[in-house]
Amino acid sequence: MLDKTIRKVLLLGSGALKIGEAGEFDYSGSQALKALREEGIETVLINPNIATVQTSEGIADKLYLLPVTPFFVEKVIEKEQPQGILLSFGGQTALNCGIALHRSGFLARHGVRVLGTPVQSIIDTEDRDLFVRRLDEIQVKTIRSHAAASLEEARAAAAQVGYPVIVRAAYALGGLGSGFCDNERELDAVAGKAFAFSPQVLVEKSLKGWKEIEYEVVRDSCDNCITVCNMENFDPLGIHTGESIVVAPSQTLTNTEFHFLRKKAIDIVRHLGIVGECNVQYAFSPDGEDYRVIEVNARLSRSSALASKATGYPLAFVAAKLSLGYGLFELKNAVTRTTPAFFEPALDYVVCKIPRWDLAKFKGVSREIGSSMKSVGEVMAIGRTFEEAIQKGLRMIGQGANGFVCNKPYKVEDLDDALRNPTDTRIFAIAAAFESGYSVDRIHALTHIDKWFLDKLDNLETTYRALEACPSLEAVGCELFLKAKRQGFSDIQIGRVFHSPESAVRQRRTALGLHPCIKQIDTLAAEFPSETNYLYLTYNGAKSDFAPAYGARTVIVLGSGAYRIGSSVEFDWCGVNAVNTLRKQDWQAVMVNYNPETVSTDYDSCDRLYFDELSLETVLEICAVERPFGVVVSVGGQIPNNLALPLKEAGIPILGTDALDIDRAEDRNKFSQVVDRLGIDQPRWRELTTMEDIGAFIAEVGYPVLVRPSYVLSGAAMNVCYSDADLHTFLELAVEISEEHPVVISSFMQRCKELEFDAVADHGRILVHAISEHIEFAGVHSGDATIQFPPQKLYGVTAARIRRMAAAIAAELHITGPFNIQFLADAGGIKVIECNLRASRSFPFVSKVLKVNFIDLAIRCMTGEKPQPVTLDAFELPYVGIKASQFSFSRLNQADPVLGVDMASTGEVACIGDRFDEALLKAMLSVGQRIPEKAVLLSSGDAIQKADLLPACRQLHGYGLPIYATEGTRRFLEENGVPALDGSDAVTLIRTGQVDLVVNIPRDFTHGELSNGYRIRRAAIDFNVPLITNSRLASAFIHAFCTTALPTLPIKAWDEYVPYTSM
Amino acid sequence: MTRKKATLLLQDGREFPGWSFGYDGPSEGEIVFSTAMVGYPESLTDPSYSGQILCVSFPLVGNYGIPEMEFDELGLCSRFESERIHVRGLVISDYSEKYSHWDAVKSLDQWLQEQHVPGISGIDTRALVQLLRDEGAKLGAIVPEGTPRPKAIADPNLENQVALVSCRDIHRYGNGKKRVVLVDCGVKHQIIRCLVNRGIEVVRVPWNCDFNRIDADGVFVSNGPGNPELCQTTVRHLQEALTGRRPVFGICMGNQLLGRAAGAGTYKLKYGHRSHNQPVRMCGTDRCFITSQNHGFAVDTATLDPDWEPLFINMNDGTNEGIRHRTKPFFSAQFHPEASSGPVDTEFLFDEFIARL
Repeated sequence: MLDKTIRKVLLLGSGALKIGEAGEFDYSGSQALKALREEGIETVLINPNIATVQTSEGIADKLYLLPVTPFFVEKVIEKEQPQGILLSFGGQTALNCGIALHRSGFLARHGVRVLGTPVQSIIDTEDRDLFVRRLDEIQVKTIRSHAAASLEEARAAAAQVGYPVIVRAAYALGGLGSGFCDNERELDAVAGKAFAFSPQVLVEKSLKGWKEIEYEVVRDSCDNCITVCNMENFDPLGIHTGESIVVAPSQTLTNTEFHFLRKKAIDIVRHLGIVGECNVQYAFSPDGEDYRVIEVNARLSRSSALASKATGYPLAFVAAKLSLGYGLFELKNAVTRTTPAFFEPALDYVVCKIPRWDLAKFKGVSREIGSSMKSVGEVMAIGRTFEEAIQKGLRMIGQGANGFVCNKPYKVEDLDDALRNPTDTRIFAIAAAFESGYSVDRIHALTHIDKWFLDKLDNLETTYRALEACPSLEAVGCELFLKAKRQGFSDIQIGRVFHSPESAVRQRRTALGLHPCIKQIDTLAAEFPSETNYLYLTYNGAKSDFAPAYGARTVIVLGSGAYRIGSSVEFDWCGVNAVNTLRKQDWQAVMVNYNPETVSTDYDSCDRLYFDELSLETVLEICAVERPFGVVVSVGGQIPNNLALPLKEAGIPILGTDALDIDRAEDRNKFSQVVDRLGIDQPRWRELTTMEDIGAFIAEVGYPVLVRPSYVLSGAAMNVCYSDADLHTFLELAVEISEEHPVVISSFMQRCKELEFDAVADHGRILVHAISEHIEFAGVHSGDATIQFPPQKLYGVTAARIRRMAAAIAAELHITGPFNIQFLADAGGIKVIECNLRASRSFPFVSKVLKVNFIDLAIRCMTGEKPQPVTLDAFELPYVGIKASQFSFSRLNQADPVLGVDMASTGEVACIGDRFDEALLKAMLSVGQRIPEKAVLLSSGDAIQKADLLPACRQLHGYGLPIYATEGTRRFLEENGVPALDGSDAVTLIRTGQVDLVVNIPRDFTHGELSNGYRIRRAAIDFNVPLITNSRLASAFIHAFCTTALPTLPIKAWDEYVPYTSM
Repeated sequence: MTRKKATLLLQDGREFPGWSFGYDGPSEGEIVFSTAMVGYPESLTDPSYSGQILCVSFPLVGNYGIPEMEFDELGLCSRFESERIHVRGLVISDYSEKYSHWDAVKSLDQWLQEQHVPGISGIDTRALVQLLRDEGAKLGAIVPEGTPRPKAIADPNLENQVALVSCRDIHRYGNGKKRVVLVDCGVKHQIIRCLVNRGIEVVRVPWNCDFNRIDADGVFVSNGPGNPELCQTTVRHLQEALTGRRPVFGICMGNQLLGRAAGAGTYKLKYGHRSHNQPVRMCGTDRCFITSQNHGFAVDTATLDPDWEPLFINMNDGTNEGIRHRTKPFFSAQFHPEASSGPVDTEFLFDEFIARL
């Protein structure tokens, strides 16, 4: 029963998106807040992630855009005095913060109850020794290490755990001296070597090649327990589950195995006393019935978000209700709305999750995947065959694949090695292996992937060959065509076999009468009727579950797809808000998206959800069924934006700006003509196809130049070149230049301001706009830059000129809907560098700081409501918002943590303050910076940058913090009267913890310079010392903490800064 | 590989085209569906499916092949629920031509061929489930291409299916301190194992044997196929047993027969309960259980004798899931505490029964 003594609850969010902690916590937190509000409980949320849905108006009663750290959470608790706190909806960040508050006794002192799973149970799962002991109590096997100090001890340990074993040298980084041993002879050899590195070795049972299986378990306070879903990793043990392809439900377990593990999971959850949701991960032997528990997550997790989307069971929502005292039997199944929440979903489809990596964005990072997470996003594909699901999924990750087969050739020197040592592209190594005639057995021997999966993949190769054997597309019979479609072949994929365009394949398919069925995800495999329209497309069916009423007022919103660097939760916010507005206007809002980490793929956020591909083929099929009034392509980032023109050509009405005008902004040449005609300045650029022409152009504009190739062989897509040497290195190594693959060279402007112009227009007339300013000079990607809104030091005349230019562009392109323009400003004037006729990354930021919902307004323009312009002047705001970026370099071994023209951040936060310093300090602390207490290490680039930093160094000195500086910097500081200590042995200072802030400014973005500071920067990341690599940001941060003491920061909720509501 | 075509034929003339696998011959029966996602070797050998064509809603079937038919020291099948396949046909969506499991010795296809049971794949099982859900269980046939179509389909529920699957002779299993007489209406081997593993000697008798004459500490009435109304002989024997104090425990068909013996009526459910995810609640408590179920008939608790009360209720549709005598040690469950296949969360009911012996 509901505990009525709880009237106000604090929920901790997870902060900025980072590798390992991403959008899934926006989804789970939003669900929890919804569950609480339904009960009339007042909710307080602490989360500085301004781009999330949960930090939108109407989700929590009070929102604090503050760091999720004990210091700030204590302040909020003192102010708000909640009766309860929820720790399990904000990932590890919230959990760690909650445990710290529990340990310090703060929660008990303030009478704040941890709702749901008791803190001790959480601690039992987090502390490895306690965990092993607790599971020992119920005879559940865990993975354990045995330390051995001698060969005899190592032998004894190996005999105890049983061969095969893995031997690891303790205290050795990078796996030095470790190895697998099948018997004592091998152990002697490996352990002998390991003792050379280390006085101690660790002996563990080798679980190489074991299956990895997970169960999502829910338990209520009456001890009722269910397992909502189980999942099986395609990749065997050794690859983090976040890095694995995962299928749900498990496919290779028998009934006995399935229920053996299910029973254990329930036993564990009962023994630990979980109340709410919990995830149990197993290693399971492929040749018997042995198992080990890998770990238990006593909180909502990435897997639980996936399980919710895979089954339709809203785990976070239910967990929140259970934490209030409800029993599972008292809650309803959210999909059927007639049956209870106490049940286990039955699936009649198979789900495949595939991670999305962006490793090419990082210099120096290893492509191998393993026990730590590197992926930045994921997709979930649904089908009624495994082949259908995985081929959809491989297209959804958006890295150029057409499916499992029919891709660009996979080039690798040693295919066996590529199979044996998993990287982010191993699935394509498997495809290449099939293509070159490897048998399933041989691939299995190299990868240990269960043959069931490999056989299914082999079916795809077989079908590909059958297609190839047909002399032409027209010769493909209906049966083979249907078989290919049932195995998830896309039209493009089939077209590749015959060198036919997608449209020809579509034509042929339509002539054969082949169209997908629309099926519903209903949690009970059709046993009971269901009201919720959670849908997917499949060719493995004869009848659709759903046929919309013709004449319905329907609008389709295309979502953002997989999170990736450069496109993340901000577009989910845009999508959700678009749908909200459409529903308010009485449209039937249809969402298409396939990212399980999002709120937009929550089936009750829209009228109908198609959890499927954002491809032309799929969207056309959906349009054929839905017959929408129009499609919104401008709120989901670049993926839907790219569909604008092809959809228009296929006769689908696009809402908002005309697709031809979108193209005029997207196409560099066309846009250039537009701004030239409008008399707006832009940096000089040219599209070139030969080295001679490039040389001639650079002779005109001078270095540095920004080089943007259209076809990249390896490494980053863009580069700044400062000299002929740079240019030749980059172009020769990484880029192909030809008539077909031109290179765009543009003049790279240094030391100028970069400004963002976010706006909404209606038929070319701007209704609302926001100008924000980068703290860093231009050259740092706008997604990595620290951004202030409203700008604090921008001349009114500059702002006015920017407004005029934007108005001219909006009118010229007849913009209706959201758009963003980037400008550069310096003494030489204002130049436009980019224009996107879609919502931008900063839309949620400016919308929330201004409390004017830009997306709401944009949708109202698109649907023809003709809304009034917003008269608010941002420059009059009595406060400022600062958006700061979150980097995940600690997850990316060896990557150089430096910023440049290519984006590297994985997430962002924004905080509001009455003053700039206050907002900046909160924002920087939210992304993991800490105020230094010991000393600061400085090493800066050229003379100008040194001079830039000088005032901040004087301030630091005055503040009383010792400064260590590398040679040149130290000389410069001393010459200017700032004493500095010898920081030439920078890495030691970092490693030994003598400095707690590192400011390292690379001279420029050339490779030579990058390698000099690399060791310092990497050491800072590896030893978890805050690092800043930009002199403007470093100066601002130093100024902020020198002038603003932490305890003096006002603790104010969002509505205390922005009281009015126009969202 | 290319497979022969086959048709799933409904009694009303509707047809579903698919591909033949398993036995290349026609078969007819009552089409029922199960939403279980694992456990086809167990389900197919469950005698409760006698007379039925099973449609599996989960699309991927055959993944882990079929294990060796082996017998444990009691002479019970160690990986199946009986010695042979009892379903008359199998309807699925996507058959896994290749299987992968350390314990498998043959494919589902091969096993069905050996046991003369036809299968059909490529069927939109979800659409079929919806049809059965909306219109109720139906008679139908699987007809591989080139085999004769049945003229009329006989309703297996008019036949005493229990008599077809029950044992012919008395068998004894285990040697415990307590003895239970097990009335075999089509017993799953896991039930016998659940009793023997708890130190019980089991005397398995045919469905129509007068077990009241057999010396035992308790009576167990097993699961079984078809319509409980056709087992009046067992009900009569049970009525006599209920006049005494010897503990009685029933499962599935056992629940229906005990219900009838306690004066209640039974009725056919529209499409039955066949799945691993049926939620039941123990009446008058907050205790809820996920159960494995396979039944097409149910007890009408409104007609129970006043000495009796419902023990469990189905949380999805409110139907009866078990009954008990208010004072005497008689109780039964409509679901399957022995699981196999399915969740094992209610195995404690065996302990409760044994504690009363």
